[in-house]
Amino acid sequence: MLIPSPRWLRGDDVAASEITPRHVFASRRRWLALAAAGAAGSTLAPWFARSAHAATPHGAKLPATPNNSYVVTDKPTSFEDVTTYNNFYEFGTDKSDPSRYAGTLRPQPWQVAVEGLVKKPKVYDLDELRRLAPLEDRVYRHRCVEGWSMVIPWVGFPLAELIRRVEPQAGAKYVQFITLADPKQMPGVSGSVLDWPYSEGLRMDEAMHPLALLTFGLYGEVLPNQNGAPVRMVLPWKYGFKSAKSIVKIRFVDKQPPTSWNIAAPNEYGFYSNVNPAVDHPRWSQATERRIGDDAGGGFAALFAPKRKTLPFNGYGQQVASLYAGMDLRKYF
Amino acid sequence: MGEQDMAPSRTATRAATGTPPRAAGLGGLASLRPQRVRQIWVTLWFVALLPFVRLLYLGATNQFGANPLEFVTRSTGTWTLVMLCATLTITPLRRLTGWPWLLRLRRMLGLFAFFYGLQHFLLWIGVDRGFDLAYMLKDVGKRPFITVGFAAFMLMIPLALTSTNGMVRRLGGRRWQALHRLVYAIAVLAILHYWWHKAGKHDFGVVSRYAAYVAMLLGMRLWWALRARVSATRATGPSGAVVRPSLRK
Repeated sequence: MLIPSPRWLRGDDVAASEITPRHVFASRRRWLALAAAGAAGSTLAPWFARSAHAATPHGAKLPATPNNSYVVTDKPTSFEDVTTYNNFYEFGTDKSDPSRYAGTLRPQPWQVAVEGLVKKPKVYDLDELRRLAPLEDRVYRHRCVEGWSMVIPWVGFPLAELIRRVEPQAGAKYVQFITLADPKQMPGVSGSVLDWPYSEGLRMDEAMHPLALLTFGLYGEVLPNQNGAPVRMVLPWKYGFKSAKSIVKIRFVDKQPPTSWNIAAPNEYGFYSNVNPAVDHPRWSQATERRIGDDAGGGFAALFAPKRKTLPFNGYGQQVASLYAGMDLRKYF
Repeated sequence: MGEQDMAPSRTATRAATGTPPRAAGLGGLASLRPQRVRQIWVTLWFVALLPFVRLLYLGATNQFGANPLEFVTRSTGTWTLVMLCATLTITPLRRLTGWPWLLRLRRMLGLFAFFYGLQHFLLWIGVDRGFDLAYMLKDVGKRPFITVGFAAFMLMIPLALTSTNGMVRRLGGRRWQALHRLVYAIAVLAILHYWWHKAGKHDFGVVSRYAAYVAMLLGMRLWWALRARVSATRATGPSGAVVRPSLRK
């Protein structure tokens, strides 16, 4: 049965001039498809180009004298990896967050308050602090608690130089480091990952050890923001998180100071946190480590780069093991 | 899953009497031609493969970054969870929209979850652990986040193996469906795996979003199941006939 459709449905009343010619709407569709493909492409492009943002600009030179007693012979990790693969939660929890977001940190002007149980407490301007002792170039192994490691040329001087100058009182048994926690400069501080400000600590004899480096630069340049500018600690025999970054306060105290990771997860991160292949992290083994840059030619082969054995005290046992003589390192991990 | 309505429902009655189904307003998406469903299926297949293509590209162009194995392992883990979420989205979405053809996409998404899960698992056991099975078992026994991740993957294997039409027929719909309810356990274990992985660093920003989404998907099913039970009890009238309520309210 033929049902006549109404006139308005047949479109008889549409003037021929108002009908879009086929080639016009076809080309419009083509343009829309192209635009959609372009939008999809530009969304996906950065997802396919991870290394595009990776370049870190070089900072001002920081002249120093090489100290060959503290140079490991392993091949140093590339400047690019050292400055783009970082844990610095004040700027976010992803490894690439610090290099992306640390641009807001203002490392100048900067002051470090040295206080507590010392005879000569003092607030140091950065420049004054940096000139306190001759700067040295040292190449240290760096072992992260997560199971990866690097080899980094640092610039700094032993913390002991500063400690001697402020003259600790007899009651000073520990040194506490407090780092900057300014939400205006550090986007990660508004998150609740840790109790800010970040706090770390050492026993006095650890702090006085010549390996404990008050650090102002790496690769012969002032510290990039993401590496803890303008001044940080480097303690090569301990897991990386013990080395406080962007320090604003050094405090001498009589009791073991609270340390951020220990507060966050006491069963995972101890106060000492010496590198120890025999004491596993609850969620992974510490027996081996992946050396960043050991990528066997890059690309897919990089996936198969063998791990290295982790050494007690990160290979600095000869220098530091005596600090812990008689201690049960499984208990005091 | 478990929501295929076998009993005559009010929707069916409505359709029979010529009342247009609710979803008809949405450009006829309720009833797509098989050819159109096929097109959607193929498009989605390519989209779901993109994360894998990306890894191939990044590997070929030396862009795995400073810690290549960590990056690839995490990427495949993330996409396993994304595909799991997508798989679990199908049934609630189908109920809410009334688009029956959505079901046609579910097996593919589930198998993509297995595909990324398999890569994640092989990267860990094969590349990271060098197929050291003794070490693997020690890890599984000792570390809860590995235990649950391992369990989640093990449970995915029977589901992948029984995903073919032939296996559905051989098992019978009811038994097949019962087996494939394991996907709920897999999703919960996968979330736990990710959650505990991040626990030590109190870094729950991303994982809590996945957890909330999975909780929502499972919560909707629970809610519907409870409601169906309540109205089934009410509907047991004097005749004793159980009238299953319409699922498309």
